[in-house]
Amino acid sequence: MLGLGLGLYAKQSKALPALALRPPGALPEDDFLGACIRCGLCVRDCPYNTLELAKPETPVATGTPFFNARNIPCEMCEDIPCVKACPTMALDHALVDINKAKMGVAVLIDHETCLNFLGLRCDVCYRVCPVIDKAITLDMVPNTRTGRHAMFLPTVHSEHCTGCGKCEKSCVLEESAIRILPPKLAKGELGRHYRVGWDEQKKAGRSLIDESKMQDLPDRMPEGAVLPGHYDPASGHTESLRGMPGSEAGAIPSLPPGLGGKP
Amino acid sequence: MSQIAHKKRIGAEAVEEKGWLRAHKWLILRRISQFGILGLFLLGPLAGIWLVKGNLNYSYTLDILPLTDPFVALQSLAAGHVPETLGLIGVAIVLAFYLLVGGRVYCSWVCPINVVTDLAGWLRDRLGIKGGSSLSRNTRYWILGMTLVGSALTGVVLWELINPISMLHRGLIFGLGTAWTVVIAIFLFDLFVMTRGWCGRLCPVGAFYSLIGRWSPVRISAPQRAACNDCMDCFEVCPEPQVIRPALKGEAKGVGPVILAPNCTNCGRCIDVCSKDVFTYTLRFNNPASTSPLVRVQPESQ
Repeated sequence: MLGLGLGLYAKQSKALPALALRPPGALPEDDFLGACIRCGLCVRDCPYNTLELAKPETPVATGTPFFNARNIPCEMCEDIPCVKACPTMALDHALVDINKAKMGVAVLIDHETCLNFLGLRCDVCYRVCPVIDKAITLDMVPNTRTGRHAMFLPTVHSEHCTGCGKCEKSCVLEESAIRILPPKLAKGELGRHYRVGWDEQKKAGRSLIDESKMQDLPDRMPEGAVLPGHYDPASGHTESLRGMPGSEAGAIPSLPPGLGGKP
Repeated sequence: MSQIAHKKRIGAEAVEEKGWLRAHKWLILRRISQFGILGLFLLGPLAGIWLVKGNLNYSYTLDILPLTDPFVALQSLAAGHVPETLGLIGVAIVLAFYLLVGGRVYCSWVCPINVVTDLAGWLRDRLGIKGGSSLSRNTRYWILGMTLVGSALTGVVLWELINPISMLHRGLIFGLGTAWTVVIAIFLFDLFVMTRGWCGRLCPVGAFYSLIGRWSPVRISAPQRAACNDCMDCFEVCPEPQVIRPALKGEAKGVGPVILAPNCTNCGRCIDVCSKDVFTYTLRFNNPASTSPLVRVQPESQ
């Protein structure tokens, strides 16, 4: 009975809470709990006191190392002392380039409060990112609220993000709008049979289908909606009809009054 | 006779005969060892002197000596994971040490929970708490088997989820949290529910170490067993009293005086509390079956 209870407890303990991050190089959670011997050497050798060992009341398997990025993020030491200190393979010693670490993935989780999404230039998460311009880029889009500004949207590129958490730590909001999540929680996954047409086209150097036989169906638009600059060859209209009645702009949105353009 | 002896404090006779210090010699050395080891671990976090890093599961001393708890390593192995080189060297060193000095030396000379259960045992005796329930002393081997099979099935180092030893030891070094409740629970369990319940019946760590020490040369022996006056103090004080009888009372059956039972923790309390100096540390080979008492008896009877 004790065995059964312990077994169930073991199963439950495998559920790592979303905000508890494992040290760099940590095996997937299932393997980690079998390999980690709870010695705390990684905790000791972390120069920034990032890591701590789970106490019995922590919702992380007791005695295992974790960190909370909002408290102290991983500083991504180049020599990765925590991995070196590990006497088991719980922290994979094959990890020698800290930029290849995958502690989690940053997700700009709240578009409603992120200052950059409000049209301001906070940029802090982007600036502090140790893999700046790769893991986080600022993607410019028109600010439709003002109609005359750009918004610089912090955009995470998961293949470069190590999950160090410096962005989450330094987000200026009361509650961080960007958070490190376990990849499993953060990432979608395409079906394995999916092929992205334009990539395949690029790889093959030509279109993979006979485009002359392609039949273009009319685009379906919400009733009454007008998309400036949109031309649908299958609509039956000629291209010159761009900018239908109701759209004053035509192909290019007009500049806001007083800004450039014709007086 | 035994009733009168029982009302006396355990070891009172020994204190009278040998003096307090000699009647507590091994106990004091054991506490020095237990607290000294804990102190070495605490020197880092408390004073910034990093002689030893880690905890009882794995430690790294002076950046040269790795020590790994073989039981944790075995569970990890059962879960399908092999330690790194340093971890493996640590296992080898610890195994060699306990193969030599006796596996359960870990229990009586190192383990911090031993202090707790010893205290419970002492208090139970002083308060005269009797009864409670009982479990077979073999229960721990079933639990030991379960932790290994369970580790293999779940892929988790299973006993470490609830191991009170590492919870306490790690807790003292890395932050206790609510681990103290587990320690109190064990104390109360040993005090009110079961005599020597935790270390003597349930703990799979002790069970594991008893297996390691199955053939260890360092043993406790009762070479002066002829001088035994049946005061029962050794039985009362011993955490594993079943190990004493074959050696102490085995003369007629031709059993040697060395305590060979692997569950003897080599704590030496029997040496302390015996007013007749019946017991001593010795090597297991020094076990001359039925002849030994005769050799020893002669000088006694002069």
